[in-house]
Amino acid sequence: MNHFLLAAALTLSAPAAMACETVAIGDLTVEHAWSKATIGAGRPGVFYVEITNTGSTDDALVGIATPAAGMPMLHETVVQDGIASMPHAMSIPVPAGQSVQLSPGGYHGMLMGLTTALKEGDSFPVTLTFEKAGEVTVNVDVLSLRAEGPDCADAGQ
Amino acid sequence: MRLRSLQIILWVAATAAVLAFAAVRWWPATDDTQAAASVFTPAFALADSEGRIRTTDEFRGKFLLVFFGFTSCPDVCPTTLSEVAQVMDDLGSDAGSVQPVFISIDPERDRRLGLADYTKAFHPAILGLAGSEAETQAAAASFKIFYEREADTASQDGYTMAHSPGLYLIGPDGAWLRQFTYGTPAAEILSDLQSRL
Repeated sequence: MNHFLLAAALTLSAPAAMACETVAIGDLTVEHAWSKATIGAGRPGVFYVEITNTGSTDDALVGIATPAAGMPMLHETVVQDGIASMPHAMSIPVPAGQSVQLSPGGYHGMLMGLTTALKEGDSFPVTLTFEKAGEVTVNVDVLSLRAEGPDCADAGQ
Repeated sequence: MRLRSLQIILWVAATAAVLAFAAVRWWPATDDTQAAASVFTPAFALADSEGRIRTTDEFRGKFLLVFFGFTSCPDVCPTTLSEVAQVMDDLGSDAGSVQPVFISIDPERDRRLGLADYTKAFHPAILGLAGSEAETQAAAASFKIFYEREADTASQDGYTMAHSPGLYLIGPDGAWLRQFTYGTPAAEILSDLQSRL
């Protein structure tokens, strides 16, 4: 069933960019995975994605891994009393029946120790680890430095 | 009965007169006080990517759009610098009247990573500045903004920076005009600037 969904999703989104792929694992769908071009490899890259939990059990994103970076971590941008800070997020809740976005100004993956600079038009895989659903790998599109998100026909952003 | 009505009318009139007097007497005074408190002239003297000291004085006659950040910031800083870049593109022929400035609050690391490469990747008009620790603190204090280095093993080099993420507008006379809070859309910043140009 999962394979069928995956195949269907890949087929349907074939003409669009990879950021517009939808990958499913259990009750979770993972889509709109994107990143921004970096200036060199010395500064961290960023990872954004949208996760929807269509099931009736809460889950959580507990980690990310990628060959593109030696130290990928989950962070959250918090603006409190006019100060922005970026604490490490141990896990990102994906409650039953809800969607969670890793998006500019909120949760994001921080890709430290990049193996190479991320260039617009490149793509790289990121494996997401969920507390209950397990692991799933998505392809991440590198968009321009000034991009605000992938341009997908169905993207709600 | 007639007298009572007259009394009421007189009392109402007297009360109105007192209120009107109070309004005229104190409202402008209050406004003046607030205006006086908010008029200040932020200043910086910081090195650019080539080591030349750049000061607020040399930009008199232009609007300054100032952002404090650090180049290893993956989320907030690129978002704001992208907005600034969009504003500069959309200003068109008026772009020359606005100087966008990025002030590093992590100057040592940013000089090492390359300041100009970073700002130019967003927009060639953005001037990147990275001074000494003391010069940076002085600049931040004059803009009345906060930043702090935070130890964090989950960040690159073991630390990250917490900072005021706003964008600050300084007038051609050097006086502080306003802040655009983090997340203000480029279109809103653009129309504010266009209304002043």
